[in-house]
Amino acid sequence: MMQISDIERDAVAEIANIAVGRAAASLRQIVGNEVLLSVPSVDILTHDEASRVVAKPGNRSLIAVCQNFDGPFSGRALLIFPEANSLQLVRAILGQELPLEDIVDLEDEALAETGNIILNSFVATMANVFKRGLTMSLPTVLRGDGGQLFAGAAGEKELVLFLYINFEISQKEIRGYLALLMDIPSLEMLRTLVQDYLDTVSPKGAA
Amino acid sequence: MPRTVLIVDDSKLARMVASKTLAKIHPDWACVEAGDATQAMAALQAQDVDISLIDLNMPGDGGLVLAADLRRKRPNMPIAVVTANIQEEIVARVRELGATFVPKPLTEEALSAFLTGANLRLRKVAQ
Repeated sequence: MMQISDIERDAVAEIANIAVGRAAASLRQIVGNEVLLSVPSVDILTHDEASRVVAKPGNRSLIAVCQNFDGPFSGRALLIFPEANSLQLVRAILGQELPLEDIVDLEDEALAETGNIILNSFVATMANVFKRGLTMSLPTVLRGDGGQLFAGAAGEKELVLFLYINFEISQKEIRGYLALLMDIPSLEMLRTLVQDYLDTVSPKGAA
Repeated sequence: MPRTVLIVDDSKLARMVASKTLAKIHPDWACVEAGDATQAMAALQAQDVDISLIDLNMPGDGGLVLAADLRRKRPNMPIAVVTANIQEEIVARVRELGATFVPKPLTEEALSAFLTGANLRLRKVAQ
């Protein structure tokens, strides 16, 4: 079983915390309301377990903007929220005055573009902290339960590094999650990068 | 004169970054670390602290609650809230508390600017 040390988990969570702070600031600019964030959780889980975390009771029907990233470490970043929140989010993005039919027409486009800005901000901040370049795929909008959203990222029993943060847009009753799935070969590289980063931080190089 | 800085962050990595950056700027200053708001208040009781650096997003009481508590107890203490969450509501709340917003990742330049201002403020209060 793959293990990560406490300091590596701490480092990944802290770097994610910085990255999601930047991403939240981007989302705040788009929707015009404050974005509240939880403390990130980091775990090594099977693909199945990660999808169960997302598919909590009441979260069966989800919508996600998904972007794959590739470089020294690779994986998938997702902006996920209950499908019931989707039109409210699109309204928050496009403005209250648009008629419903226009909002429905623009739903996927608005979600993809918003997801693109937030996920790029999230992944780019991680890449900058590690001083490594990452490329991002184009955003795709997915609908389904947790398992369907994570399909293709790894096999069901394969372990992934799963990073998970709740967000809520104040005064809009819109809640969602930002999730990052990273496969294990990438995780090995990530551990090396975290250790390199810790070496630059710790005078003794020891963590 | 050397100062004592309280560093509050749930992340050990973030505390390491802050204490190392502080040591680079002021090698003769002391630092006290706390992993959450409760530990921070205990540290404040146990020893003299001149300046506080507080993370925003922590389990339990977050950085803004802690900054408000510290402000009540120590009206003249220079306080920085350190975060990557640069939303204007957060920046405004930090300023309302009479604290300074310092962006994460923490840089030597940003911390140095805050500490210079903090030191001047402490000298002025002591006069």
